[in-house]
Amino acid sequence: MDTAPALSPAGLPVDDDGELTRLHPNYAHALRLRTVGLAIPFLVGALALEAVIRKAAVLPPGLIAGTVLVVALALVIRIPQSRYNARGYQISADRLRVVRGLLFRSDTVVPFGRVQHIDVDQGPLDRFFGIATLTLHTAGNHNASVALPGLGEELARDMREEIRAHIRRESL
Amino acid sequence: MSQQQRTAPLSVAIGAIASIRSGIFPAIAIAFSGIGGGGRFAIAIGVGLASILIGTGVSYLGWRRKTYTIGEQDIRVESGLLSRSARSVPYERIQDVSLEANPLPRLFGLVAVKFETGAGGGEDMSLQYLTNGEGERLRQLVRERREEEQAAQAVTSASADPAAPTPARASEGEVLFAMGAWRLVRFGLFEFSLAVFAVLFGALQYVDNVVDIWNVDKWYIWLKQQGSTVATLGPYVQAAGAIAGVIVLVVVGMASGIVRTFLRDWGFTLTRSARGFRRQRGLFTRTDVVMPVHRVQGLVIGTGLLRYRFGWHGLSFVSLAQDAGSESHVVAPFARMDEIAPIVAAAGFRLPDAATRWQRASKRQRTDKAIGDALGFVLAAIPVAIFAQPGLVLIPLGMAVVAVGANLYAWEFRRFALGETQIYSTTGLLSPTSRIATRLKLHSVEIAQGPLARWRGYATVHLGLAGGTFAIPGVPLADARALRASVLETIAGTDYSRLDAPPAQALSAAQSGFSANLAAT
Repeated sequence: MDTAPALSPAGLPVDDDGELTRLHPNYAHALRLRTVGLAIPFLVGALALEAVIRKAAVLPPGLIAGTVLVVALALVIRIPQSRYNARGYQISADRLRVVRGLLFRSDTVVPFGRVQHIDVDQGPLDRFFGIATLTLHTAGNHNASVALPGLGEELARDMREEIRAHIRRESL
Repeated sequence: MSQQQRTAPLSVAIGAIASIRSGIFPAIAIAFSGIGGGGRFAIAIGVGLASILIGTGVSYLGWRRKTYTIGEQDIRVESGLLSRSARSVPYERIQDVSLEANPLPRLFGLVAVKFETGAGGGEDMSLQYLTNGEGERLRQLVRERREEEQAAQAVTSASADPAAPTPARASEGEVLFAMGAWRLVRFGLFEFSLAVFAVLFGALQYVDNVVDIWNVDKWYIWLKQQGSTVATLGPYVQAAGAIAGVIVLVVVGMASGIVRTFLRDWGFTLTRSARGFRRQRGLFTRTDVVMPVHRVQGLVIGTGLLRYRFGWHGLSFVSLAQDAGSESHVVAPFARMDEIAPIVAAAGFRLPDAATRWQRASKRQRTDKAIGDALGFVLAAIPVAIFAQPGLVLIPLGMAVVAVGANLYAWEFRRFALGETQIYSTTGLLSPTSRIATRLKLHSVEIAQGPLARWRGYATVHLGLAGGTFAIPGVPLADARALRASVLETIAGTDYSRLDAPPAQALSAAQSGFSANLAAT
């Protein structure tokens, strides 16, 4: 496990604007792979277009496909890393803070006392990279579910247990 | 007590009548069409009879196969002709029992009983139809069961949670708000609606089968005749005709508004009893809804463009249960503020007063929004300036100026305040809407920023409210953080399970609800 669980001891005052914990480094790779998957259809489309207009000879061969390839490469190299950098979380004694978004920033805090149920999901890609998504469900209409992707598998489970234990303690 | 019971036998009659309604139109269609030549009337009667017979049969079988059981712990309904379904709702999960009587069942003295559980997606359990008395008895029974549970807990739990609102045990059925005929007329005047024209249009299409109204030539000739007659009358008469037309539109719109209001809100009564708020309304379809006080998550006080000028407001409760498709329950659709105040107080809320410290939205957000809105019109002005007549460009430019002015002025009316236990927000220039929520009953806080907002240093604060939304746009970032910190301070102190339950019931909800849910995760 690369990232240590950032569970601050109970009873300390909570600083909402404090240091964020980074997600699992593999999450950046997963994001990159997903971007590649997104870029492939565009590349295929560009190649098909090349083949179609080759006969017409309007543009020098390789211009369209080349441009698309360069743009796609730039996106694949740059965007996932900055998306990864933009994300983070902060877990404290009684609340979880999730920060995400490159252009449209969103900074959500869910107190454990309001969590209805907790999910830990893993897609095939996540399984390969050993990461998981932790989702907290609340009763509010806005933020009915707050997802925190890119946690290490173990860490996600530990966090779920931690939050769960907290709820049970409050309830009894 | 815990034996299977059937719904009222008369429900079969209602099913049969419904099948007559669905069978009669195909029958008429056959009678007037060319199918079958001379024997078509016989076929029509045959089709009609067959559909009635089948409908009655299905409705009878459905009635035979539908049973409900009032058990010790829950109410169970089993139904289904081919595929059986059995649903059980524990008493402690039933939030309220509502009775709804449509015109036809009402004639037979029957009601539809709905058990509201707060589950999303209209998945509530209902029994169609029971006799009036049985429905009332069932509702009483559910209430008693819940009260017994509460009483049992009151004995075991030594002290009630002081943070939760103490239900003021008012006398049974104290009327908080009612609307008489005169009030309904005035309400109807503001509910201006031209929906009647849509209905007329639909009716025309129906009539089309009998009379050939889409014969364009006929209309064209008629219009030409009328047009030439009007043209000979001169400009004054033409203007008078236009004004008369507008007056007719206004009168029809107001009349249909009044009719709709009467149908929906006839006999509107809001009463406060020990169990909560009870609202009855409706002329033909009479509904009777009970809302427990602790289920009220927030308040919305809205108004309209015109009615605001005359000092009328409407009050709705935000709760998890849905009311005829809309997210909140209307409890005083058309009232003066001094009539709304006691209802607000009865729900355990406080209206903002002189001591409320209002905070305004960011001035930068105001500027950005004004520029953004004006920019649209200015961009629209460019093609107009190039292609249209010279003077026309003033119209979009004028609109841009209006947009800037409206935004600057509207800012004065956009404000929010953080009270000791509540949070207030008011928006709207011409028809201000206020939202009030209890800090304790919020579920999450989000600070959201777009690229522009990040650059200019403001944010939208989204508060997680059960059954509704609560967003405050354009809050300066520092204020947003302070707001979130203080709201979270309040929320994190109390667990969800103690929140929705009335004080005496807090322990039971905690034990039964959460540990069960958690075991499943």
